[in-house]
Amino acid sequence: MSAVLDHHDHAHDDHHDHAPTGWRRWVYATNHKDIGTLYLLFSFTMFIVGGILALLIRAELFQPGLQLVNPELFNSLTTMHGLIMVFGAIMPGFVGFANWMIPLQIGAADMAFARMNNFSFWLLIPAGLMLVGSFWMPGGAPAAGWTLYAPLTLQQGPSMDAGIFAMHILGASSIMGSINIIVTILNMRAPGMTLMKMPMFAWTWLITAYLLIAVMPVLAGAITMTLTDRHFGTTFFNPAGGGDPVLYQHIFWFFGHPEVYIMILPAFGIISQIVPAFARKRLFGYTSMVYATSSIAILSFIVWAHHMFTTGMPVTGQLFFMYATMLIAVPTAVKVFNWIATMWQGSMTFETPMLFAVGFIFVFTMGGFTGLILAMAPIDIQLQDTYYVVAHFHYVLVAGSLYAMFAGYYYWAPKWTGVMYSETRGKIHFWWSLIAFNVTFFPMHFLGLAGMPRRYADYPMQFADFNALASVGGFAFGLAQVYFFLFVVLPAMLGHGEKAPQRPWEGAEGLEWEVPSPAPFHTFETPPKLNAAANKILA
Amino acid sequence: MKTMKSIWNKSASLLATAGAWLSTGSLSLAATVNDLPGGPSVLQLNLPPAVTAIAREQQWLHWFMLILCTVIFVAVFAVMFYSIWKHRKSRGHKPAAFHESVTVEIIWTVIPFIIVILMALPATKVVVAMKDTSNADLTIKATAMQWKWGYDYIKGEGEGIGFVSTLDADQREMSNNGGPKKGEIVDDYLFKVDNPLVVPVDKKVRIITTANDVIHAFAVPAFGIKQDAIPGFVRDTWFRAEKIGDYHGQCQELCGKEHAYMPIHVKVVSAEDYSKWVDGERKKIAALADDPSKVWTLAEITQRGEKVYAQNCVACHQTHGKGSGAIKALDGAAVIRDADKAKQIMVLLNGQNNGAMPAWKSLSDTDIAAVISYTKNHWSNQTGQVVQPAEVAALRK
Repeated sequence: MSAVLDHHDHAHDDHHDHAPTGWRRWVYATNHKDIGTLYLLFSFTMFIVGGILALLIRAELFQPGLQLVNPELFNSLTTMHGLIMVFGAIMPGFVGFANWMIPLQIGAADMAFARMNNFSFWLLIPAGLMLVGSFWMPGGAPAAGWTLYAPLTLQQGPSMDAGIFAMHILGASSIMGSINIIVTILNMRAPGMTLMKMPMFAWTWLITAYLLIAVMPVLAGAITMTLTDRHFGTTFFNPAGGGDPVLYQHIFWFFGHPEVYIMILPAFGIISQIVPAFARKRLFGYTSMVYATSSIAILSFIVWAHHMFTTGMPVTGQLFFMYATMLIAVPTAVKVFNWIATMWQGSMTFETPMLFAVGFIFVFTMGGFTGLILAMAPIDIQLQDTYYVVAHFHYVLVAGSLYAMFAGYYYWAPKWTGVMYSETRGKIHFWWSLIAFNVTFFPMHFLGLAGMPRRYADYPMQFADFNALASVGGFAFGLAQVYFFLFVVLPAMLGHGEKAPQRPWEGAEGLEWEVPSPAPFHTFETPPKLNAAANKILA
Repeated sequence: MKTMKSIWNKSASLLATAGAWLSTGSLSLAATVNDLPGGPSVLQLNLPPAVTAIAREQQWLHWFMLILCTVIFVAVFAVMFYSIWKHRKSRGHKPAAFHESVTVEIIWTVIPFIIVILMALPATKVVVAMKDTSNADLTIKATAMQWKWGYDYIKGEGEGIGFVSTLDADQREMSNNGGPKKGEIVDDYLFKVDNPLVVPVDKKVRIITTANDVIHAFAVPAFGIKQDAIPGFVRDTWFRAEKIGDYHGQCQELCGKEHAYMPIHVKVVSAEDYSKWVDGERKKIAALADDPSKVWTLAEITQRGEKVYAQNCVACHQTHGKGSGAIKALDGAAVIRDADKAKQIMVLLNGQNNGAMPAWKSLSDTDIAAVISYTKNHWSNQTGQVVQPAEVAALRK
């Protein structure tokens, strides 16, 4: 028996010495850190692609009238901007963070299923290519909106099939990633790392992974039915054959609403790591944070039809979904209060991660409040499908998810790359993004209240001023991200910058700060011995 | 509640003033447009002026929410920014050690919960009112199609009227050419339609929506209504417009490439104007159906007349034309055989015997001419006379 173990150990060491190099290192990658890097690079690439689409939209909308694109292409732009940002940028981005940080945070050697981890990443490449490539397919890219409402999808060209196939692949990838994360967290925590001592980021991802497993198959079902309606004569959603277009919306949003929380819960996790680190004070109400996150996840399954108030539901239906939606404000408020209580009486410093975290709390809360306003069915009747909704979800997705990822990047990149970023550049990136973001999206609230519908290639003259302002802000925001890549990310990837210490942040706690910077290729090969709080390794 | 409402209203007018100030200020990049009454205003900051009770309630709810949310926001972030200001390392603040308090957690779970209930109560009332589409004075079916609206007056005054409403072709062309040119003032850009939906003021109008192809949405912000038009399904909404005027909306659900080009224009008119409009439409329809100046041959017109007879007269006068009981016989009747056609025309237009023979004014000139010609040349009445629609029209008052 011992001989077998010995042999195993030798093989392991062998692998250590001859880690694959060159392209093989990435294509055959099974190391969670390499795969995390791949995920993050893919995510950023898609973020830039989606961003370019957004800027084309803003350029067209700078003035009334059609100047750059025809209405058909305009619809493709809004559709693909949404799909690429949601499925290509934000979701893989958080999976990248999970891959890098979860094993480090819980003291595991790697993810549970290393090869599946590789597969789930490489599935993204064909899916991403198919999504982007659909612009060059006959009839242009899908143009039915990212929600892919039937029966408009039934009128679309062949690119819709490519889009559906891409979404299936992305869904499969997400499910594999989620299984991996759940198994890793439940089975591979270092001894002493009990669930209730686990870092919040791992907690939020555990809950997110369950959400993903629950709802990705629902999306797969909806788009498969769309596919068979398109090609195999079924009429699930085609009214001409007795199908029900509203059924599609119910299925889609049963996926879609939990999906919204899939995109924000890991962000909550990142913020819950960063605020205590820079307040130099433990996270306030850890237990209540876990419960609040779980409540949000559970509630997310019973609010979906608030996206459908204008389809014409019975009174009781509207009331139920209105009440359930408003209820979500409670656990979300608890989270915000906990963050502020963490900052209260702390000893704060404001390096870039903290700036983005505070920016997140402040601006995300505005998105939360507009969400509460939209939850009111009578107001939603006025605002549904207007720019108010566009403003609302960009406040929670850009100022929420994206800012949290920026915060997470500045917080953990020293650990990943071994070099510190330039604080000045980080601050420029933060303030520039924050101002440009608000210039872009704040006026959209007014446009929505005035009744400007979303997904319009051209609009009445009265909406011209705020649209022009939003376009200017949009381009400024886009440039800020180019600056971020060229002056923050690229130098770090090339290893330029001050050498990062093992624990670059005075108040940061957790096992990731117990390993050197940059984190060695293999960490925690033998389970570490932890202190009582499970945030330090006992020598 | 009343005083609260007045506070909201005051804030509303304050914001309106701010908006007006802004619009005259430097922010206004495109000065070549004015507000569109019943549609959007330049630099509009809030919901449009309400023209229905529902829209007024929505506005009140929105102010209520906005103020409540702003108060909470300011209160919460005042705490955060105070902390950011005071509890900094650079000010030498030492971190406290507390990190848990069940009492505090319970308090700040219960308080938001109570606030949420307070928010839900007024909203519930409005939801119930919004969904009550019963007892409508006028029911109109709005059929959405790529990319226009079809309106059919189903029930109430104007029943039977139907037409299609499309965006003005010149404006669509203008859009392709990059929108209105500099100096060109087009206040109703993308709102101008050929046939607006006409409804009477102060009447409950129920709109039934459906669609022919994909999902669209019927929306008029000033009325506070928005209802998806779903193919294969029928949904409804309602409004009671309180002010005469033109109100504008646009399709609100992505429906393909011309999504931005299917506006909704509702013209709210006084009761008399509405009746006049209905009459006009009726005449137009009748005119469209038959050319009133057409000169018919005997064979043609009796063929038509037979149908009209079967639809309208046969119940009383019977196929044999001999009548029964109080119903007069047509076969051999003097008024029919009379050489003066006007006599029989007057009977049909005005009725006879205190309404025992009803007035048939509602029939078109052609139908009346046809059925008279038919009776003049059927059974034993072989007069050979032909009554032309023009002769009926001449006697119609």
